[in-house]
Amino acid sequence: MTALEIAAAVRAGERSARSVAEEHLAAIAGREAELHAFNLVTAEQALAAADAVDAKVAAGADPGPLAGVPIALKDNLCTTGIPTTCSSKILDGWKPPYDATVVTRLTAAGAVAVGKTNLDEFAMGSSTENSAFGPSKNPHDPTKVPGGSSGGSAVAVAAGFAPLALGSDTGGSIRQPAALCGVVGVKPTYGRVSRYGLVAFASSLDQIGPFAATVADAAALYEVIAGYDPADSTSIPEAVPTVLDHLTDGVDGLRVGLVTELCQAEGIAPDVSARVRAAAEALSAAGAKVEEVSVPAVIYGLSAYYLIAPAEASSNLARYDGVRYGLRVDAPTTGEMYDRTRTAGFGPEVMRRIMLGTYALSAGYYDAFYGQAQKVRTLILRDFEAAYERFDVLLSPTSPTTAFALGAKADPLAMYLNDVCTIPSNLAGHPALSVPFGVGDDGLPVGVQVMAGALDEVTMFRVAAALEGAPA
Amino acid sequence: MASLSRDEVAHVAKLARLQLTDEQIDTFTPQLAAILDHAADVEALDLADVPPTSHPYPLANVWRPDVARNAGIRDAVLAAAPSTEDGMFRVPPVLGEAP
Repeated sequence: MTALEIAAAVRAGERSARSVAEEHLAAIAGREAELHAFNLVTAEQALAAADAVDAKVAAGADPGPLAGVPIALKDNLCTTGIPTTCSSKILDGWKPPYDATVVTRLTAAGAVAVGKTNLDEFAMGSSTENSAFGPSKNPHDPTKVPGGSSGGSAVAVAAGFAPLALGSDTGGSIRQPAALCGVVGVKPTYGRVSRYGLVAFASSLDQIGPFAATVADAAALYEVIAGYDPADSTSIPEAVPTVLDHLTDGVDGLRVGLVTELCQAEGIAPDVSARVRAAAEALSAAGAKVEEVSVPAVIYGLSAYYLIAPAEASSNLARYDGVRYGLRVDAPTTGEMYDRTRTAGFGPEVMRRIMLGTYALSAGYYDAFYGQAQKVRTLILRDFEAAYERFDVLLSPTSPTTAFALGAKADPLAMYLNDVCTIPSNLAGHPALSVPFGVGDDGLPVGVQVMAGALDEVTMFRVAAALEGAPA
Repeated sequence: MASLSRDEVAHVAKLARLQLTDEQIDTFTPQLAAILDHAADVEALDLADVPPTSHPYPLANVWRPDVARNAGIRDAVLAAAPSTEDGMFRVPPVLGEAP
């Protein structure tokens, strides 16, 4: 059942939220040992939340638009009294004293959280192999990675553990695992969804967004989590237009641009390119006007991102010092305690990024690296703005390849190249999503990326719905 | 053109408060150098006339009424800390050894 079907049945009293929760907990029990989607399954809390929904239905109260729908939460979203680890040893034993705004909104909407999903440590990675608790596995082929960093959330939806999940996307961390696991993954406009209670990685890029098996379910979850939040100073104070009402509007007359630089980027596999061309043809057949478009500055996106994101991370992760939460390794002095705690608590990829960011921000290198990267960000925004004057949405691959084997990309730079198509939308702050569109030569899912201008999620979702309905 | 030395990596690790072993420095040095070399394309651009973007949207200061609020989570915050005393975070001596 889709999330919308579950919510309709629970709201109508045709199904109990408890039976839905039990069914999904049983699915988790069946395959979790093999796939490792979760850092923690919160079965007890899920059943209690389901009972609360059922009590509301019984009392004739409105149980919310996602009544009884199980949802998996990326383990960098704060949940009161429930461990939130970011898949890092440095947050060992920490239980947040408050809920992220998205969690508060989900609870109010009647959704039932079933657990906290695995990720690359502090969301830094593209495979979940950087998790301190071991990698998640791709449900379509457990010898392959699920993508990352929100790999556990993608696995949870693809394996039927929950119809919905939340992830966070700083450089592609929702869209890439969605593509590799054959589900829908959405990064909304920066500022559309409150970041309050999302453990910070790179604050000018991070955005929370939905995973779902269908475009309509992703839209329903987006509608619940989007909207202004005074607790996040970068939250956009504007009303959120309904998406669900426009999913069947079709694409007749829409202008679709196929981004030349991203379709021809280094490492894009021919079978992935073929699927993106097929998606363009499907939209054309449905009445859209499809043309190639050049967005020249995106070729510098990867380099700019791997200076900006580590720079922001090196600052954000300075807070992990053993004083206020998580791990502390004792030492005779406070300074030594900081050093020992951070050295014991962070994994190698987090250390690499902290050092890269520290270097890019250091005296003598600031202008050459961080300063230049910020100027490239301006170029990317300008080029996108020019493209969106001529096109309603832009199309590209989500990931250069289908899911790769666990352990195949031990070289950090090789791993970073996975993000080439997803990074530009983060640098621009624009919405983008990945929708499955057939399979590659290996039979594994391929995702097509649909990008739109700032705040135009409605058009982006419409195009995704058209692709979902088209023969792949 | 960035070519990162072993000494620079050791220095940056110290700034970032990480105690790396010689072996870790040997591993990280070529990895970080490769990433910085990849960024040479950005370093080489002539962008003298381009303003920087620090954030996707132009942000104005965000104000709220100057009203005291109590989130009511002080005890929970302290309970989550590794060591506390009298409602404060406790740390080892900042200067020198404990007496």
